[in-house]
Amino acid sequence: MTSTTRRAPGTPAIEIHDLHKSFGTVKALDGLDLTVADGQVAGFLGPNGAGKSTTIRVLLGLLRSDAGSARILGGHPWRDAVALHRRLAYVPGDVSLWPNLTGGEAIDYLTRLRGRTDAKRKAELLERFELDPTKKAATYSKGNRQKVALVAALASRVDLLVLDEPTSGLDPLMEAVFTDYVREAKDQGTSVLLSSHILSEVEKVCDTVTIIRSGRAVEAGTLDELRHLTRTSVTAVVDGDPSAIESLPGVHGLVATPNGAGTRVTFDVDNASMGELLPAIGALGVRSLTAAPPSLEELFMRHYGVDIASDEPGEPAGRHSAVATPEHSAGAR
Amino acid sequence: MSAAVAANAVTEQGRAGSSTLTGTWRLVRFIVRRDRVRIVVWAASVVAFYAYFTFALDTVFADPVARQGRAAVMETPAGIVMGGPGYGLDDYTTGVAIANEGIVWMVLALAVMSILHVVRHTRAEEESGRSELVRAAGVGRHAPATAAVITLVAMQALIAVVGALAMVGVGSELDVVDSFGVTIGSGLSALVFGAVAVVFCQVMEHGRGAMGASLAVLGLAFVVRAVGDMRELGGSTLSWFSPFAWAQQMRSFVDLRWWPALLSVAATAMLLWLGSVLASRRDFGGGMVASRPGRAGARSSLRHPFVLAWQQQRGALMWSSLGLGLMWFATGTLMPEIGTMIGDIVADNPAAEQIFGPGSSALSVTFLGVMILFSALCCAAYAIVMGGRPNGEERAGRAELALSLPVSRPRWLGSQLLAAGLGTVVLLGVSTYGMWLGAVTVGWTDQTFADYTVVIVNYLPAVLVYLGLTSALFAWFPRFTGVTWALLAYTFVVGMFGGLFELPDWALRLSPFDWVPGPFLDDVAVGDLIVLWAVAVALPVLAFVGFRRRDVVTT
Repeated sequence: MTSTTRRAPGTPAIEIHDLHKSFGTVKALDGLDLTVADGQVAGFLGPNGAGKSTTIRVLLGLLRSDAGSARILGGHPWRDAVALHRRLAYVPGDVSLWPNLTGGEAIDYLTRLRGRTDAKRKAELLERFELDPTKKAATYSKGNRQKVALVAALASRVDLLVLDEPTSGLDPLMEAVFTDYVREAKDQGTSVLLSSHILSEVEKVCDTVTIIRSGRAVEAGTLDELRHLTRTSVTAVVDGDPSAIESLPGVHGLVATPNGAGTRVTFDVDNASMGELLPAIGALGVRSLTAAPPSLEELFMRHYGVDIASDEPGEPAGRHSAVATPEHSAGAR
Repeated sequence: MSAAVAANAVTEQGRAGSSTLTGTWRLVRFIVRRDRVRIVVWAASVVAFYAYFTFALDTVFADPVARQGRAAVMETPAGIVMGGPGYGLDDYTTGVAIANEGIVWMVLALAVMSILHVVRHTRAEEESGRSELVRAAGVGRHAPATAAVITLVAMQALIAVVGALAMVGVGSELDVVDSFGVTIGSGLSALVFGAVAVVFCQVMEHGRGAMGASLAVLGLAFVVRAVGDMRELGGSTLSWFSPFAWAQQMRSFVDLRWWPALLSVAATAMLLWLGSVLASRRDFGGGMVASRPGRAGARSSLRHPFVLAWQQQRGALMWSSLGLGLMWFATGTLMPEIGTMIGDIVADNPAAEQIFGPGSSALSVTFLGVMILFSALCCAAYAIVMGGRPNGEERAGRAELALSLPVSRPRWLGSQLLAAGLGTVVLLGVSTYGMWLGAVTVGWTDQTFADYTVVIVNYLPAVLVYLGLTSALFAWFPRFTGVTWALLAYTFVVGMFGGLFELPDWALRLSPFDWVPGPFLDDVAVGDLIVLWAVAVALPVLAFVGFRRRDVVTT
């Protein structure tokens, strides 16, 4: 069994190809591809019901896939489950604990079964996460149950951390502590799969991002690579007639509103078309200009907020601008 | 301006939000909607029992000899425990037999229904957090409990009316008013236990605890009535301390009187009042007993799934052993009294000797046999509850966390089943030896320690069948683990009324207990025991095979 899980350096921590899984008539995974390189922190993004947790459960050997291949730490997730689980730690998105154990007991139990325990490390984590280990699990809030699972996972020295929306229920301070620990894990060469729909969290720590929707990956790559695919949001106040830039290739969703003596314009521009935009907008007499790099929010919204197929140059104006404003995107989530 | 707003807010509050009962009717409708299948199944089962019981008695009692034989049985200790105080034994007609023998089981079944219903819709909802959403949506503090009680009363009323009509319809010459006396009396008596559950739901933090405590009260009431009735024909003062007596003492079909039912009404009202007082004082989600801080780290022994499983089950095991152990110990101490009683019966009534065989030992063995049947049924219920734990773990999402550890599925499931099996063995041992100890303590030595040991060994595979079946269903059809309870109910009916109902042989054989040799009798059926053991072993094996193959379900 050990031979199947022992892998050569450089073997990806997770390698999924064309994975399928259905529950009755519902297709949860529909040809998913996902790779997490050794030592990499990989973000796994998608809206609720996209198939993130299903993927993770297949990787943990809890679900059996219908078709396709999945390798984790070089082993087979279903066949080699026990041997693999010695080398990974998992934090579910909704942690359910044994009600009659205290948090401290649950942490000890989880880490002991995974292997070596480290009392100093546990104490440090408890302090950083401000968790009282003497309370019975039944009395913990959701955030505190989450902390129990996080402490137990981070206290175990493992090769791979599988984290399914691990910060749900944590306050921003605790999220920051969590981020620190993910960075630390990365420095020590641990691979991390971080599923989330909190984009800022992924943006902070992840080397690569895979975005999935309806059970298949719709975008994958490093953050930089993905940014190339997208656009820059521009807001400017100009003197001249903005229709001159509206007709430029690569400019989308232009909205013009009178603003004092000038006109306020907001639009998105393909990064590739930036060179043509600058002289054109300059000619209009620029009073102010802000150009924001695309956030992951926008990457995300591009896939889920609007129909990708219609996301072509020359689409109706109002539609795209709705996508770019934070209020709307928050609502759409 | 702000004063006006404040005044407005106050009147607003006065109009819409001040009553702690706000939203009760909506909750009532919701409960009926949610439990429609459950309500129909319960009502249909109970009514079917009323009808079939009437039918079976009518058929059997067509023969006057059988009728008088049955009446003679009802005078014996076993008959009293299984039946009632013994009104109208001199003219034992179908109606009298229904009142004397049927009420105790109707009250038992309806009380279990009441307890489950109340816990399900109050504390269990609160524990799961669902109630939090409901209570936040303009529903008063007392509304959920009130809605649970209203629906319960409605269910009881429905069952009482339809049950009485079924009896009158099926029975050849049953008086209508007396039939209603039986069903209404039973329903009201069972309602008392629903009210007990309401109180425990306020005191206990967990639904499981509230249910256990309520069932313990039910068991105690059962014993108190049985012991009280054994003291004196027609019941002694002690009998009256049990709600069971309040239905039986109405003397339906003999000399009907309604006032004992008022005791049930009064007790219910008092308990509900107590429940509402307690409910007003406690916090949402909290109990009366505050939880204390525990250990910051686990004991060094907690490093195996079995240890955790045992730790999770040992509380229930301890309380069950204590409760049942005491109960069966007390039963054992009754043996000399029962011996005397049986001696009197045989002396008074030579016909009894013809029916039961010479001497009194056969009768005391019959009594012990019934007691052993009860205690084994309790152990089987324990096995079902504990066998259902893996299912509970899976549904709660804890199985997912446990199986993400280097723990194989057979090891995880095996740990839980092993803990459940050991607990069942312990409980069977404590119950049975408890009875022996009680009997020996008061000088009754007809049955030896070795005899009781044989009983344990014989019943063990039968009881383990329930554990095995629960686990096999969990592995293959997790949504149908409840089927095991149906088998337990069936076992009970066959064990108690199999002879009376004249069921065909194969129907009797469906009950695992039918394969067990009669306790304290010399009949040894090695073949039957081998079959039982084979089934008891095969079912968990089936469970392991099934659970290895299937997906772990997550909510």
